[in-house]
Amino acid sequence: MSEKSETREYVPPIIKAEELDPKFKYKMSKMHGAEKVMVCFQCGTCTADCPIARFSEFYRPRRIARMVQIGLKDRLLLDKALWLCSSCFTCVDHCPQGVEIAGIVRVLRNMAVADKNILPLVYKELATNLMKSGFVYEIPESRLQKRVEQGLPPLPKPNVKEVTKIFEVTGSASLLEKVQAFVKVESK
Amino acid sequence: MSNPKYLLFPGCVIPYRLSSYEISARKVLAKLGVEIVEMPEYNCCGYPMDVINHDLMLTLAARNLCIAEKVDLPIMTLCNGCFCSLNETNKILKEDKELREKINGYLKEVGMEFKGTIEVKHLIYVLSEDVGYEKIKNAVTKPLASIRVAQHSGCHILRPRKYVGRDDPENPTTLKELIRLTGAKCLDYMDETECCGNPIIGVNEDVPFSMAKEKLDHVRAVGAQALITVCPFCHIMFDLNQPRIERVFNEKFNLPVLHYPQLLGLAMGFSPDELALNELRVKPTELLGMIK
Repeated sequence: MSEKSETREYVPPIIKAEELDPKFKYKMSKMHGAEKVMVCFQCGTCTADCPIARFSEFYRPRRIARMVQIGLKDRLLLDKALWLCSSCFTCVDHCPQGVEIAGIVRVLRNMAVADKNILPLVYKELATNLMKSGFVYEIPESRLQKRVEQGLPPLPKPNVKEVTKIFEVTGSASLLEKVQAFVKVESK
Repeated sequence: MSNPKYLLFPGCVIPYRLSSYEISARKVLAKLGVEIVEMPEYNCCGYPMDVINHDLMLTLAARNLCIAEKVDLPIMTLCNGCFCSLNETNKILKEDKELREKINGYLKEVGMEFKGTIEVKHLIYVLSEDVGYEKIKNAVTKPLASIRVAQHSGCHILRPRKYVGRDDPENPTTLKELIRLTGAKCLDYMDETECCGNPIIGVNEDVPFSMAKEKLDHVRAVGAQALITVCPFCHIMFDLNQPRIERVFNEKFNLPVLHYPQLLGLAMGFSPDELALNELRVKPTELLGMIK
């Protein structure tokens, strides 16, 4: 938990024309989940109903949608606040225009991994476990034994070879090799 | 009508640290006549990988779906997250021919093909739709009329509406109805459908702890003696993390958090030991005293 009692005020930095990528919104519109980003009319329902926005200073879904529309690609992908969405899908259900904000956030996260090579450490660890064991947690032998003692059937053995293959053919294994992991995202 | 038969998808987090959920669910389902088949060679549902690569999530989920298609059985999940990725992938790939071809291209490398022949259901929808309220009501031998509880359904068995499309995400009633069948009183409280916060706890603790604390406040305000969950992540947030939340906010909640099948199991006459109630972090000693 943060010990700081005072919170920083959000000061929007001046936007420079050369930062804008006017084609970014078209690229986004072709991605599964972000198809409708251009019809967002900035009503702010997503932000008003977002539980994360309520408890953080920096995560604002409406701002994310607008930044996509005007093409602030680099700022979006490098902003760690992107990793605060808990994918509860309240914004998706409440949007009057049918924009899947959580889908847009997911597309941006995928781009941050692929184009900027950044990823929170926790996901890198989960992915590493998954490639090694077929599950996102390395379940210790003692746990597997305890299951049986408790009367549960033995846990089926995952097919690690096939899981690793899926990481390879989807390009995920090489993405993970390149990423620079970061530990924490500030919310205040 | 023949008994419902399902492949059980335990996921990762339940075998890793929440066997109590699996133990109680299996006991209750067996007594209600739901046949459980073990799922061979399953892997992580894919959900946590969606942030890295959408295709990876879809392919990992689809691999599990292919395993189920091969034995021609529907999948039952206990975890909301597993339900989210498996159900969503199943629906997307059934509808979107282009995407299905792309994912099948990946699956070909492991000798599989998604055909779209099975369904995915979460435990509470198996109970409400396949077993039915009437049968559950008849199985309750020890109604828990003396206790008052609140429910937390969690996000992914309700939202997004376009992929789940079962209960009303704004006013969910399935879990409430299932709780009422046990004889316990199910109380309404403020912001029932709000997220527990757990999905982002790996990157930031301040926000999820604030969210969970607010929920515990609201549940306590109406006088609930326990909170009932149907998702391992929500359960970890409210049970395992409750002492930490108490420390951070300097408050005492001491609110037991039970998996729904534990509550139902008690009403069906199972002993607390049989339902692994001793594995809960917040001990339900007082609660159990009230239903004796």
